[in-house]
Formats: sequence, structure tokens, C-alpha cells
Amino acid sequence: MLASSTDYELEMRENALVVHPRGSWTISQASQLEGRLARDVASLTYTHVDYDMTGLVELDTAGAYLLARAIRHGVVPAESWDVCSGSNGHKTLMSAATSAVLGREPETRRQWYDAFARIGQATIRFWEETVAFFAFLGQFFVVMAKVIAQPKRLRWRSIVSLVESVGFDAAPIVMLLSFFIGAVIAYMGANLLASFGASVFMVDLVGFSILRELAVIITAILLAGRSDSAFTASIGAMKMRQEIDAMKVMGLDTFEVLVVPRVIACLIAMPILTFLAMMSGLAGGLLVAWATADITPILFFNRLNAAVGIQNLWVGLVKTPIFGVMIAIIGCRQGLAVTGSVESLGQRTTTAVVQAIFSVILVNAMFAILFYQMGV
Amino acid sequence: MAGETEIDPSAPPMRAVGIRTQFGPNVIHDNLDFTVNQGEIVGLVGGSGSGKSVLMNTMLGLKEPEGGTIEYFGRDRNALAPEVRRKINNGMGVLFQGGALFSSLTVRQNIMVPMRENTDISQGLMRELADMKIHMVGLPPESAVLYPSDLSGGMKKRAGLARALALDPKLLFLDEPTAGLDPVGANAFDELILGLREAMDLTVLMVTHDLDSLYHICDRIAVLVDKRIPIADSLAVVSQYDHPWVKEYFGGPRSRAAIAAKETQSRETG
Repeated sequence: MLASSTDYELEMRENALVVHPRGSWTISQASQLEGRLARDVASLTYTHVDYDMTGLVELDTAGAYLLARAIRHGVVPAESWDVCSGSNGHKTLMSAATSAVLGREPETRRQWYDAFARIGQATIRFWEETVAFFAFLGQFFVVMAKVIAQPKRLRWRSIVSLVESVGFDAAPIVMLLSFFIGAVIAYMGANLLASFGASVFMVDLVGFSILRELAVIITAILLAGRSDSAFTASIGAMKMRQEIDAMKVMGLDTFEVLVVPRVIACLIAMPILTFLAMMSGLAGGLLVAWATADITPILFFNRLNAAVGIQNLWVGLVKTPIFGVMIAIIGCRQGLAVTGSVESLGQRTTTAVVQAIFSVILVNAMFAILFYQMGV
Repeated sequence: MAGETEIDPSAPPMRAVGIRTQFGPNVIHDNLDFTVNQGEIVGLVGGSGSGKSVLMNTMLGLKEPEGGTIEYFGRDRNALAPEVRRKINNGMGVLFQGGALFSSLTVRQNIMVPMRENTDISQGLMRELADMKIHMVGLPPESAVLYPSDLSGGMKKRAGLARALALDPKLLFLDEPTAGLDPVGANAFDELILGLREAMDLTVLMVTHDLDSLYHICDRIAVLVDKRIPIADSLAVVSQYDHPWVKEYFGGPRSRAAIAAKETQSRETG
């Protein structure tokens, strides 16, 4: 309402500058007032500033701050100031504003060489993460050995509930995904092999790929995405709310309470889930083979038995406990590494999933080389 | 939804009429009436679990009551036009119990958030105003670039207050503002609120257990007992109110000490 009349007048009385602000000096007017007063007083010389608030309608901290600039921006900064007419509130605000002028610091700016610094930091961090992972793994095995020596310390209740959430609840999605993967592989085989008149080899293709690699990888990636993030988030939240500290004070071993049950749960759930994934992947392949190439289920299983064999199922399954332990350990470690801020929780959760998927694929490749060398 | 666009500036900024709040079968407030008048500082007291914070959240608009209405400037809150409601909400500053700072932002950035959203002032001025608020609440200037996780509990509270003051609100809600502050800081905070009130016609509703604050700065004290606010009046009247909890509260040793401290102070100054 009085926005248009917000203004000020300056008056010199000997060594004193008198500022007569008018209208409402509030934050909504700040952008039009900003800088003006400071510019106007820049050429004036005075040692004292008086504020005459009689024409003032409204004043808030932003307005007071702008008025206070008159003290600093003269040719020499004024030594004293006063509110010659105005309420005590005006005075309080002005003194808050004048004292706040002190003690500020500029923001740090981004430099062009920050990119290199970040590459360096990332390299160091990668190395540190690797070392920390193995340290954590070692610590886990020590605690695990202790728990095995005293099986009573195992928390079966939490293991069972974790197996439910990690394994049982994940079964439908794992089976569905694997079913589709199996079907897609069979379709690929049907297209490629039909031109050679060798459609029956699609059974080999589905069998080998699903049993040896794909079922395991799909399950491991799903476990990493689904359960690892949950592990990191829940342990991280506990860390943020000082629950972990409370446990330590009570003499509970966080490894024993939080890490061991999760690792055991993954150790149990991973092979079972993988087996289910294998079966539904084969079912997907079987249905497509039946529909596209007239390979009956009987023929499918005969061919599977003759060409692929049970050995490949074991090759797939033997990798699963290692993946299970690895995924759980990564999730727990990242959860325990969360610090106070919400941002670090998000970062750690992302890191956990990325690290878990990365290491699953890496270790799987190492297994492939190993099995090839062994001739299985 | 059109709603009412006219408000009555002379009406009390905030009024609760016949509020009922319940969580499941558990009734917290029943037929509660409460008015906050323009320019006053109201202290809200009540036992632990009596629903002080819930009442504050209801009056703020974070929670809808199960019964009754909240009025802003004489109009039913739910009948207000969205832009009017938004304007009124911008004129409210809230200090939550734990500070409720955004943990991914520095203290200075936290204070700049409401300014950036609601004003058109330059980044530089925003930063300077944020630093001024930091100074006003008694934080050292270095804390401007710290993240909330680096602050102690008391510092978080001050930073939260600085953010609540960012837009110079007309209505200030304080949930246990001086809890966790040392006595010197608490006193300075009380003085600051008094100064702001005088300069800016500030209306303050504070949930507090700090008896010194109650005696020192509150114009009226509202007592939340038995799911209602049976009395909201000056300290002299409230402390004579005939209710066992009120008698216990104002007749306890802590209360007597606070009264004595105030009397000494007024003898010295007067």
C-alpha cells in the first residue's frame, strides 16, 4: 500500500549524517533499496549517523540492515550512530543490524583444477574402499568364528525374519524376471538356429546360459538392488539416530547383532532364490521352444539331460553362497559408514548397490575363467 | 475452489474454536478454545504428553483437527482462497523442537531457502541478511558454512530460529525455544524476541517449560490441562487458578526461584 512512497532523505549536520527513512523498509522493498543508500553516502564525510524514524511505517531486519550500511559506506566509516526519534524496537533492530555487519567471510569458489583434485580423491577413495572392504570381511570372519564356537549367540529370530524379507518376499520377482529372460533366450535361439535347421540346439542354449550364468546373475543383481539398499538404509538410519552408539554402550557387538544375521540370511536365501530362478528360466525357455519350434516338453528335458546335464546346475549354484556373503557384507559395511547427514545416507545407499553389482559381475567373470581352466 | 479472499486485519490472527484432536480412540484435545491476539507473546504450558506440540501443529496447519475450526484473522482456515492462505503461511515462522534444518544445506543456505523462494532480492544481500540472522541468534560467524550435522544441539536450535526469522514473520511459533540453551543464551534470546515484537508487531506463540521465559516475556500464559485450555491469562491470574496441576506447576521450587529472580531484577532496574 505504501510501497511506492518507500524512500529516504539524507541531511548533513556538521559532522553528522541524518537519515530520514520513509515508508516501509521491509524485505519486500529490499531489492529496490539495495545499493542506493550505500552509493549516495559514498562521497560524504561524517563521523556520526543519526536515524530519524518519524516517517517510518514499517521496519524489519532487512530494512534495518540496509539502513545500517550508511554507517560503513561513508568516506570513512562512522564512529557512532543513534536513533534520534523512534521506538525502542527500532533501536533494538538497528543495533542488531549494526553489530551483524562484523565478521563475515566470503564463500569458497570452485576452481578449474577442482576436476583433477576430484579424480585424485576418487582414486584414493577407491583404494581405501577396497582396503576397508577386506578389513571388514576379515572382521566378519573373526566374529563369525566366535559365533560358530558359541552357536547360542546366533540370533535365529532375526535371521528367520531376514530370510523372509530377503528371500521369500523376493521369490516372485526373481522368478518372473528369470522366466522372461529364459523366454527371450529361446526366441533368440529359435531365430538364429532355424536358419541352420538346428532348432533343437536352442535347448542347449537356454540350459547352458540359464543354469551357468543368467539365473545366478539375475538373482544376485536383484538381491543387490533390493536387499542391499534396505540393509544400508536401515543400518544407516540406526547409526544416525545413535542406536548403534547405544548398542555399543550396552556392550552389544554390532557385528554380531546386525551383520552376522544379515550375512547368514543372504547365505540361506541366495542359493534357494537362484534355484527358483533356474527353474522358472527353464520353464520360460521350454514354453517358447514348444510354441515356436515344436519341441515338446519331453524332447526338451531329454535334450537337456543329454546335452547340458546336472553338472551345470551345480556350477551355477556353487557361486551363490559367495555372492550372498559378498552382497550382505557390502550393504552392512556401507550402512555402518553412514555419518550424521541425510545426504551421506543417500550416498552410501547408492554406493552399496553399485559396489555390490560391480563385485558380483567381477567375481562372476573370475569364476568363468576358473571353471574354463578347470574344464568344467 | 474460490474461497474467501478478504481477511479482517483487526481480528485475532489465530483462533481455535472447539478443537477436537484424537489419535485412534485416544482423545488429545476435546472442545478446546484458544485465541492468540495481535502483538502478544503467549506461552503454552502443560504436562508432558498433554498435546502442546500437537496443538501447535494444528494451529500451524500441519494437521487438520478431527473437529472444530481454526480461524486466521477471523476467517475459517479452510474457507480461505489458496493465495490468501499462502500469504498468511509466508508470514509464519516456525522453530521446531529439534531445529528441523535441511541437512544437505549449510546453515547460511538453510536461512536463504525461504528468502529465495519468496523474495526477489539479490544473492549477495540474501547472504548478508542470512549472516545477520546468524549473528542475531548468537551463533559465531564461522557457523554460516557449517552443515547441521556439525552443530551441537543448542546451536541447531539457534540456527533453526535464524531460519524461522528469515522472512521477518508476523507470527512466530516456537516449540521449546530455550531448551538446550545455556542461561545466558536463553536470556539473550528472550530479549531478542521482546525487541522484535516491539519493532515489528510480532505475535508469538511459544511452547515452553522455561519458567524464566514465562515470567520474563510472556503476556499471557495458556494452560493445557484436561484436554482443554481452561485459562489463558496473565501470570498473576493463572498462578491463582484452582487446579491441582497448575498449583503444582506454579507453586514448585523452580517456579518460586524464577519469581524471586524476577523480583530482584525489577528492584534493581526500577
